[in-house]
Amino acid sequence: MDTDQLIRSLSADNAHRAPRVGAVLTMALLVAAPLSILIFATFLGVRPDVMSAMHNPFFDMKFAVTLSLAIPAIIVSLHMSRPEALLRGWGWLLLLPVGLLAVAIGSEAMMAPAMPMTMRLMGKNSRVCLSAIPAMSLPLLAGALFGLRHGAPSRPALAGALAGLVSAGLAATLYASHCTDDSPLFVATWYTIATALVTAVGALVGSKVLRY
Amino acid sequence: MVRARVRGREDEWTGLMRSAMAGDDAAYHRLLRAVTPVLRAAARRGLARAGQPPDQAEDIVQEILLAVHLKRHTWDSEAPFAPWLFAIGRNKLIDALRRRGRRIFVNIDDFAETLPGEAPEQTASAGEVAAQLSALPQRQRDVLQSIAVEAASIKDTAAKYSMSEGAVRVALHRGLAALTAKLRDQ
Repeated sequence: MDTDQLIRSLSADNAHRAPRVGAVLTMALLVAAPLSILIFATFLGVRPDVMSAMHNPFFDMKFAVTLSLAIPAIIVSLHMSRPEALLRGWGWLLLLPVGLLAVAIGSEAMMAPAMPMTMRLMGKNSRVCLSAIPAMSLPLLAGALFGLRHGAPSRPALAGALAGLVSAGLAATLYASHCTDDSPLFVATWYTIATALVTAVGALVGSKVLRY
Repeated sequence: MVRARVRGREDEWTGLMRSAMAGDDAAYHRLLRAVTPVLRAAARRGLARAGQPPDQAEDIVQEILLAVHLKRHTWDSEAPFAPWLFAIGRNKLIDALRRRGRRIFVNIDDFAETLPGEAPEQTASAGEVAAQLSALPQRQRDVLQSIAVEAASIKDTAAKYSMSEGAVRVALHRGLAALTAKLRDQ
C-alpha cells in the first residue's frame, strides 16, 4: 500500500470519534473500584471506633494525604498521556502529599506524645498495611493502565508509574479507614513503602502496555 | 524568513486539524498530505544518523500516520498541532530504530527543523503495512483494499460487499486499529 492510499483510508475514517482519555480513565476506575471495595469489605472493613476516630485530626489527616496523592496523580497522568507533554511544571503536584505529611509530622512532634516515637512509627498494622494497600491497588491499577492505554504517552514507564500512584492513593484511602494507626510517622513509613511497591509494578507493566 | 515559513506552515496545520476534528474530511486529507513530506524527510534523516538505509523511511512514515490517526483525540485543539505531531513522529522513529536493533540517536530537532522546501513530495509504498494487511480478517482487508487502493467511497464499498455503510465504517476503523497493533507488536 503506498502512502497516498493509506492517507485516503485514514481520511475516510475521519468520522470515527474516540472518547477523551479522561472519560475512559474515569470509566475504567469506576469499573475497578467495586473490586477493590470488595477486597476491603471482605478482609478489612472500617475500624469499629470510627465515630470517635473522626474527632482525631491525625485520623482525618490520613485521608487528606492519600487523596492529595490520588487526585494530583490522576491529573498528572492525564497530562502525561499526551505525546508532547512534559513533566516540568506538573511534577510538583505530586509533592503535595509529601508536604502534608511533613506538616503532620511536625504538628505531632509539638504535642505531648501519647506513645514513644518508635511505637508510633512501627504501629500495630504495618504488615497488614503492606499487603492490603497493594492488594486493593491491583484492580485499580489494571483500570488505570487500561484507561491510559487510550492515550499516547511518550514515556510509557512514567505513565505506568503514575497509574501506580493513582491506584495506590485510592487504595490507601480505603485502607486508612480500617487502620488504627493514625500517627503521621506510621503513614509516612508504611503507606509510602506500599505505594512505592505499587508504583514500581505500574512502571514495569506500563513500559510494556502503554506503548502505542 | 525560514522561521516565518515554518511558523506559517504550522499555523496552517493547526487550522486544518481543527477543521478535521470538526468533521471536515477534506481538510483532514489535505493535512495528512501536507505533513507527510516533512515526516518523510525527518525519518530519512533519523535513519541516516543511525546508519540505516533511507528506503525504510516509508514504513516509519506510515506508522506515524496511523498513530496520528488513532491518537488524534489526545490532541488539544487549543494547542498548536506541530509539537504534538513531532512528538508522535519521534516516538515512532525511536521504536522503529530500536526494533532494528540500533542504538538510538534521535535528535529532537529531526522533525521540527525539517524545512518545507527540502522534503521530497513523491509517494512511496512501504512493505510493512502491506505485509500486515494480508494478515487481517477478510472483511477488514476487503474494505481497506476497496477504500485505500481502489479509491472507492464508503457508499460504493458498502454496495460492492452488500454491507451497510455503518458496517463498512466499523470494518475500516477496526482494520486500521488492527494494522497499527500488528505493526507495534511485530
